[in-house]
Amino acid sequence: MAQSSQATDGLQSIPALLHRNATEMADSPAYREKQFGIWQSWTWRQSQREINNLARGLLNIGVNEGDFIAIIGRNRPYMYWSMVAAQSVGAIPVPLYQDAAAEEMAYVLDHCGARFVIAEDQEQVDKVIEIQDDLHQFEHMIYLDPRGMRKYDHTQLHEFSHIQEQGHAARDELTPELERRRSKLTYDSTCVMLYTSGTTGKPKGVVLSNRNVIETAKNSSEFDKLRANEEILAYLPMAWVGDFIFSVGQAYWCGFCVNCPESAETLTADLREIGPTYYFAPPRVFETQLTNVMIRMEDAGPLKRKMFHHFMDHAKKVGGDILDGNKVGLGDRLKYALGDLLIYGPLKNTLGFSRVRVGYTAGEAIGPEIFSFYRSLGINLKQLYGQTEATVFITAQPDGQVRADTVGVPSPGVELKIDDNGEVHYRSPGVFEYYYKNEESTKGTKTDDGWVATGDAGFLEKDSGHLRIIDRAKDVGKMADGSMFAPKFVENKLKFFPNVLEAVLFGNGRDRCMAFINIDLTAVGNWAERNNIAYSSYQELAGHPKVLETIKEHVEEVNRSVAEDEMLSGCQIHRFLVLHKELDADDGEMTRTRKVRRRIVEEKFDDLIAGLYDGKSDIHTTTEVTYEDGRKGSISAHLTLMDAAVVPVSSAKVAAE
Amino acid sequence: MSDTMEEGYITEDGRKIGGTLMEMKNITLRFGGVKAITDISFDIKEGEIRAIIGPNGAGKSSMLNVISGFYVPQEGEVWYKGAKRPPMKPYQVAQQGIARTFQNIALFEGMSVLDNVMTGRLNYMKTNMFQQAIWKGKAEKEEVENREFVEKVIDFLEIQSIRKTPVARLPYGLKKRVELARALAAAPHLLLLDEPMAGMNVEEKEDMSRFILDVNDEFGTTIALIEHDMGVVMDLSDRVVVMDYGKKIGDGTPDEVRNNQDVIDAYLGVSHD
Repeated sequence: MAQSSQATDGLQSIPALLHRNATEMADSPAYREKQFGIWQSWTWRQSQREINNLARGLLNIGVNEGDFIAIIGRNRPYMYWSMVAAQSVGAIPVPLYQDAAAEEMAYVLDHCGARFVIAEDQEQVDKVIEIQDDLHQFEHMIYLDPRGMRKYDHTQLHEFSHIQEQGHAARDELTPELERRRSKLTYDSTCVMLYTSGTTGKPKGVVLSNRNVIETAKNSSEFDKLRANEEILAYLPMAWVGDFIFSVGQAYWCGFCVNCPESAETLTADLREIGPTYYFAPPRVFETQLTNVMIRMEDAGPLKRKMFHHFMDHAKKVGGDILDGNKVGLGDRLKYALGDLLIYGPLKNTLGFSRVRVGYTAGEAIGPEIFSFYRSLGINLKQLYGQTEATVFITAQPDGQVRADTVGVPSPGVELKIDDNGEVHYRSPGVFEYYYKNEESTKGTKTDDGWVATGDAGFLEKDSGHLRIIDRAKDVGKMADGSMFAPKFVENKLKFFPNVLEAVLFGNGRDRCMAFINIDLTAVGNWAERNNIAYSSYQELAGHPKVLETIKEHVEEVNRSVAEDEMLSGCQIHRFLVLHKELDADDGEMTRTRKVRRRIVEEKFDDLIAGLYDGKSDIHTTTEVTYEDGRKGSISAHLTLMDAAVVPVSSAKVAAE
Repeated sequence: MSDTMEEGYITEDGRKIGGTLMEMKNITLRFGGVKAITDISFDIKEGEIRAIIGPNGAGKSSMLNVISGFYVPQEGEVWYKGAKRPPMKPYQVAQQGIARTFQNIALFEGMSVLDNVMTGRLNYMKTNMFQQAIWKGKAEKEEVENREFVEKVIDFLEIQSIRKTPVARLPYGLKKRVELARALAAAPHLLLLDEPMAGMNVEEKEDMSRFILDVNDEFGTTIALIEHDMGVVMDLSDRVVVMDYGKKIGDGTPDEVRNNQDVIDAYLGVSHD
């Protein structure tokens, strides 16, 4: 005990880090939120006062040590305080996805047996009330925004500010108890429980200890030299482990400021105003942003367009090298500086990236072109690879060794190994404690000596030591002729086209591969507008013959590229269709983090898959859809099934030999 | 004459409605030879949502214009806050705490949403042109105070993301919301809404209904609205006046009105046998 506290100066919990920050950097900003059009800020000292009042208020309504407190809402300082206040009284915060439907929440709330819920507003309160009869352990709910709440029965409901006021009023009697509970927190205490999105089956509660969170935050902050003056924008779901590490773990370890946007819709404007220095976004965000930039440049005047393309070509040539500190000639450097003045600088400013020192993307593969676009502008965008069970970090790219096709070297403190089936395993201080109430899964995932299987297939590159991920290990299958089937590999290539939003490949155990494609409404819609193609709905645009032709060209280009990879050349797409609806989390086709649920898509659209394999040229289908409020409806469509040219594999090999 | 401060009542959902805020007594309005409104009387009580409905051409908008002081009726009296209201200019009516929105959106298209909503605070700005030209001091303080109020309205109606957007660039449904924002910025006692849902899709109607209920609930604002979407009116309002051909044919709670034979006839037509 004494030994371990020496190693981290006694900082063994988030509340302890809060105390250190409130003492050592009392007057630096800890949180900012835009409210009523103005950025409000709280210093570390003020935050500590808010958190302590809330913590005493929680004691006052009877929170016990070991209780679970569910936290439902978007990123707001109050919600982050709720998590730290819960920890301070020895309870365990469980942040939930705020866009989850009531039934999805019911499972999680029941599974952890939350006695208390802290909800952001009426919308979230309503969801919990709807399901509260099935939650036997649920007792009290605290809501933040009182709007619309006056008429509710307040026997079990409390307003956030009232709880804080009560906590403040009772400070003399409750502070000793708060101190007692806080001083009991150690490295082994549970820091947070996060539910995995559950690509398959029910969500699992991943229990992370203070050791997991603080060690990981410390290692990763040192890796990227994060300091107390970083600015981040907290906008990703609070239930996601990444947000917890960036906005709580690293923020408390380094003492930097967490900025919360005014609302989800004002995000781009808020991003520009804050100008974060440390930024994370999933590849999809970068993709959408690039698509928007390109669309707007198409609409710009000829001079601006020419300048943009001229300087972007130059940036593509030398921008990445300049960022990596490689040797670049003086002329090129001067031209790049001019470009920075005229194009790159203003563009970065518009995107809100002027000050980004460390940018990360993860979760999915990012298109090489998208990746190099941002890097060529001088934005230090890197990739990392991680999962909830590892407290995020497994591998990350060090500055100067950044590439689109790898996910970097093992993060500090992480050991990696690849098993015989190609699956990646790791061991690190961040490895989770256990799955809550699920010993079986814990045993299946984590060995006694701490190794965890990632479920991803990959390999370590010999010369660079970088990890490359091919696909989900369980998705990697075999074609009928025994060659390897790695759907993600092909899907990612398709998704790198701006017109393609999502793609799903089928072919496990079959002789040929088929694909479903979702078009990107922004990109294709803009193209349609410029070409005077009228459409009234997503469905109509998706079925337009010209769109199908364009997608076919993309598919054939992907086929040519896939054919070059000897191991995976069997995965070329023989036939495809463009789906009549976007794959959606509300319909269960994707997870809340927007990963395709392959099995469900396969079952739901089995008629379409059969049609593709049967060689039909068109098919009529009806699909059930769920609206955001939970109502159900159905859409029917007439789909055209397309053939795509493939590169004959055997002959290609012969030609190569 | 009857006592203008009659007892209030309790609504179905348990809200307390106060005494009479405004009373229309035997109003008749003529445009030349056309009688738009014939001898109509009804009252609006403190804190309620009062709807005026009727088929096209029934005289609803004329009635609202009488309430807002834009039209002066040839016969009858308008009583407001316990006193008879003399003929007034619209700005005087606004000073009395009555704000409205328009059926055909009357916003300043070239100005930003924020500036448009700020115009709703005009009655609260006391500095003169010269003080505003110098800006520092009084005018600045005044603008800060009013901006603060406006920001609360913007937050309430969830239009933060379009704060700086010129109104001309907004879709129809949002313009309607901006109009409501401008009316709310005046912190009215009585809010008049002229067909707030006209031309909206189902989702926009749901949003607007929720905002109307929230305004009434949060600020206790009395609301009088005209609407011809019957479904919306019946869900929203506490009491309904039904008009047809300039006459009042029904008055009461939504249920009473729904079962009123005259109202059914007016809406569904009568068989002539």
